[in-house]
Amino acid sequence: MKIDAEYKELAWQGLWKNNPGLVQLLGLCPLLAVTSTVVNALGLGIATMFVLICSNATVSAIRQWVPKEIRIPIFVLIIAAFVTCVQLLMNAFTYDLYQSLGIFLPLIVTNCAIIGRAEAYASKNPVKQASFDGLMMGLGFLAVLVILGGIREILGQGTLFDGANLLLGTWATELRIEVYKLDSQFLLAILPPGAFIAMGFLIAGKNAIDNKIAQAKPKQLEQAIERVRVNFEN
Amino acid sequence: MAFWIASSPHNHQQSETSGLMRLVIYATIPGIFAQWYFFGWGNLIHIAMAITIVLVAEFAVLSLREKKIRPQLFDGSAILTAVLLGISLPALAPWWITIIGSLFAIIVVKQLYGGLGHNPFNPAMAAYVMLLISFPVQMTQWQPPLPLLAIDLQFADTLSLIFSGYTPQGYSVEQIRTHVDGFTMATPLDTVKTNITLGLTVVESMESPIIGKHFGIGWEWINAGFLLGGLFLLTKKAIHWTTPLSFLTSLFICSFIAFILSPDSSASTMFHWFSGATMLGAFFILTDPVSGATSVKGRLIFGALAGLLVYLIRKFGGYPDAVAFAVLLCNMAAPLIDQYTRPRTYGHNLGVKK
Repeated sequence: MKIDAEYKELAWQGLWKNNPGLVQLLGLCPLLAVTSTVVNALGLGIATMFVLICSNATVSAIRQWVPKEIRIPIFVLIIAAFVTCVQLLMNAFTYDLYQSLGIFLPLIVTNCAIIGRAEAYASKNPVKQASFDGLMMGLGFLAVLVILGGIREILGQGTLFDGANLLLGTWATELRIEVYKLDSQFLLAILPPGAFIAMGFLIAGKNAIDNKIAQAKPKQLEQAIERVRVNFEN
Repeated sequence: MAFWIASSPHNHQQSETSGLMRLVIYATIPGIFAQWYFFGWGNLIHIAMAITIVLVAEFAVLSLREKKIRPQLFDGSAILTAVLLGISLPALAPWWITIIGSLFAIIVVKQLYGGLGHNPFNPAMAAYVMLLISFPVQMTQWQPPLPLLAIDLQFADTLSLIFSGYTPQGYSVEQIRTHVDGFTMATPLDTVKTNITLGLTVVESMESPIIGKHFGIGWEWINAGFLLGGLFLLTKKAIHWTTPLSFLTSLFICSFIAFILSPDSSASTMFHWFSGATMLGAFFILTDPVSGATSVKGRLIFGALAGLLVYLIRKFGGYPDAVAFAVLLCNMAAPLIDQYTRPRTYGHNLGVKK
C-alpha cells in the first residue's frame, strides 16, 4: 500500500499540482510556438513524453556511477541521444508532421522540463518511480499542449484535428471537425502572442479551481497552544 | 474657536474622473464631425456599436469582480475608449471587428490588469493593434472620401455595408473603394508608401486624386478637427502641453531632416502632421494619464520617442501608419522613463548619488 500511495502522489504532482506547463512553466518555447493546432501539439507532446520517460529511466539507472560534478553534461547527452532517436523515427514514419514541427523537434533537447525532472527526481530515485514520474510529467505537459492547441485551433481556424492524417495516417482525415465557418482566420490566436494570452487564461483557470477546492475544504481547526498562566508575583 | 489647519495645497480642484473624461469626449467632436462630413456614417455607427459593447463588457466584468458598478461603469473611461476605437477603425469595417475590438479592449487590456488606473497599455490602441494584426484584410479596407466615390453612400447603405458587406444595391466594399477609373483607392499615407515602392517620387504621388489640394482629401480636415479639440483640452488644462508638443516637434524634426536629405522619397513635414492619426495620437492617445509617463521631463521624452517611432515606422516599416504601434511601444517604455526622470524632491541636492 505504501508504494501505491507514492505512485498516486507522483501522478497527482505530474498531472495537476506540479504540472510542467501550468505550474513550473518549463518548456514554454515549444509550448507557445507549436500549439497552433491540436495535431502539432499532440505530435510534440508525445515526442516530449517519450524522451522524458526514456531519459528519466536512463538517468535513474546510471545514477550510482555519475560523478556529481559533471552530471549536467551527462544528462544533456542522454537527452540528446533520445531526441535524435525520436527525430529520426518521426522523420521516417510521420514525415509531414516532422516537417510541420520543424526546429522544435530537435529543440526538445533544450526543454528544461526534461532536464529539470532528470536533475530533481530521476537522479535520486529508483528506475521504476523515475520512469513513472517521466510518464506523468509527460502526460501533464501533453495535456496542456493539447488543450492550448485546441483553444487556438478553434479560435484561429474554427476547426479541430485539422491535419490529423499527418500523425495517424490517411484514415484520420475524417477526424477533422469543422466547429464553425470563418471567412477570415483570427490570426492573433494562431500567432505566438495569442498563445501567451491563452496560456495566461489557462493558468488563471487552474488557480481559480485550486482556490475553489481550498475554500471547499473544511478548515482544520487551529490547535491553540494553551499554557497555564503562571503568575510569578505570588 | 479652533481653526482647522490644513497643509498645502489650499486651492482644491473639485474635478472627478468622469468630468475629465466627458471633457475629452466633447473635444473629439470636431474631429468626428470632419470624419462624418468626408467619410459618411461609418465611423459614427462603429462608435455607437463600440459604446454599447464596451458598457456591456464593463458591466459583466465589474459584476464578476464584485466592484461598485454604477460609479465605475459611468466614469466615462470605457466610453472614451470606445469613442477612440470607433474613430480609428476603417469606416466600412464589418460589425464583428468592432465587437471583438471592444471586448478585447475592456476585458483583456483594461479589466484583467486591474481596471482604470492599472492598465499598462492604452486600451483603444492595444485593441486596434490586435485587430490590425489579426484581420489585416478588413482593417486596411479604408473607405475613400465621399467626394471621390462613384456611388452615393447614404446612412442605410453604410449600415448595410457594415452588417452584411453589401449595399442594398449589391455593391461590395471592394467595389466602393474602386475609383471611377478602375483603381482601388487607399489612404494618403498608403498611396505615398506604395508609390515609392513603384518608383514614383513623392511629388508625383501628391498629384493622385486621393491627396487633393493639400495633404489628402478629408484627412487634413480630420486632423485639423482633432488639433482644434486638442487645443480646447489644452486651454481647459485637461491635458498637459508637454506630450503633444514634444511628439509633434519630434515628428516635425525627423520628417524635416529626411525631407532636406531626399525630398523625392520623403513626404513633407506638414504631410506627416496632417495625415493618418497624427493629431488624434498627439492630443487624445499619448496624453492618456494612465499609460503615459508622469513627470514633465518624462513626458517630453515619451512624446519625442513616440514621434521618432511614428516617423521610423511610417518611413521604413511595413505599415503605412504607425501611431498605434508607437503608442504601445512607448507605453512599454513609460515605467523605465519614469524611473529615470524622477523630479528632484525639495531639499535634496542635484545629482546626489546613493
